[in-house]
Amino acid sequence: MKRILIYLIEIILCFVIQSSTFHYFSLGDIMPNLLLILVVSHAYMSGRMTGLGIGFFCGLLVDLVYGDLIGLNALLLMVIGYFIGYTNKIYANDDYTFPVIFVAVSDLVYNFFYYIFEFLLRGRLGLSYYLSRIVLSEIIYTVLVSIFVYKLLHMINNRLNRKTNEEE
Amino acid sequence: MKRRKKLHIKPKHILITGIVFCIILIGISFRYEEQLAPVRAAVGTVFTPMQKGINIVGSFISDKTDTFRNINDLLEENETLKEQINVLTYENKMLLQDKYELDGLRDLYELDKKYLDYPKVAARVISKDTSNWYSVFTIDKGTKDGLMKDMNVLAGNGLVGIITEANYNYSVVRSIIDDKSYVSAMFLKTSDTCMIQGDLKLMDSGKIRVQLISKDAEISDGYEIVTSHISPNFLQGILIGYVSDIELDSSNMTKSAYLTPAVDFEHLEEVLIITEIKEPPLKEAPTE
Repeated sequence: MKRILIYLIEIILCFVIQSSTFHYFSLGDIMPNLLLILVVSHAYMSGRMTGLGIGFFCGLLVDLVYGDLIGLNALLLMVIGYFIGYTNKIYANDDYTFPVIFVAVSDLVYNFFYYIFEFLLRGRLGLSYYLSRIVLSEIIYTVLVSIFVYKLLHMINNRLNRKTNEEE
Repeated sequence: MKRRKKLHIKPKHILITGIVFCIILIGISFRYEEQLAPVRAAVGTVFTPMQKGINIVGSFISDKTDTFRNINDLLEENETLKEQINVLTYENKMLLQDKYELDGLRDLYELDKKYLDYPKVAARVISKDTSNWYSVFTIDKGTKDGLMKDMNVLAGNGLVGIITEANYNYSVVRSIIDDKSYVSAMFLKTSDTCMIQGDLKLMDSGKIRVQLISKDAEISDGYEIVTSHISPNFLQGILIGYVSDIELDSSNMTKSAYLTPAVDFEHLEEVLIITEIKEPPLKEAPTE
């Protein structure tokens, strides 16, 4: 119960920070994707179910406030959360390399599909431009930010785990 | 341990249910956009105060860094601006005199002051779309301040965009540089019409594409483009920007060009909303 509450608070905090503060720190009009980091880190730390749930709610929040199509972001983030959840099997407590790699891969996947659904279907070709200008720079920025964010989320998660162990 | 056994559902099945649910949601929102509006409004109303709060922190930090960076520039600018003020106040006086004369003449011709003073409301930009693909932002005023969908948004003296969604305490604005934005416009000097289309690819150059200019239009670089009289949503005569790089299209029928917006979209913090809506064409004859 407590765990779900903490997840909810994390989702809301990330969403609010992403939408209202990050554009002050954007480099070349690109801002890092904090919600994706949240989804991927939790999927990596706690498995498929958590990734799926957090992905769904993060995406739904974005869709409800900003999107035209409700459900697109929810779908993408949910699927990403689910598949990154498989990597929970190789989860190691003190490993900070894997999550960063997963963040990079899933950011690429997320933006690629986002491009297909929102741009290609409207007849905007020129994938190479979008890839190099927007997707690549977003990946780099997101990966940089994810190093710190993952450490923070990891700390919170560890503390939660310790608490539940003590209770049992 | 008992509870865990009870709740044992395979993640795979939940994933499939979730996917189906999302696809249904996409379908519903695609087909019946209006029905979902109350849900969106409710969610937005909850989050707007939080975003507003956090936004203050963000703008404070960026303000402070900007201050340190720009203090010298500002001092210099201040000097030049002061000189400019002197010149401008003098010019303004002259113009005011002209204006009184013009008003008199207008009254004579019984012309309304068409687009000089629309009623305006100021609002603050509080948050931006979370992705890097679009230029959609929210402002901290909504229907409770009299805003409505399709109202025009300005900053300084140029067009910023249009309200696509008005909720109780916030509104969503699509800016004209957004990839999905289309604005019908015209050249102020020659009244030739054209279409302004946002394009993400031009993000770096800070320009917007101008299309469908008549090939006979006698235009040249630096001409002002304003919103046109035929646009269904935008009020007439709002400055959009200045044209450049005019080229004849390969079809030999139209010209296209680029436009430098009059608004600095990078540092948009406060905007003005015209609280007047261009009357849409009636679909049915009014019943009396």
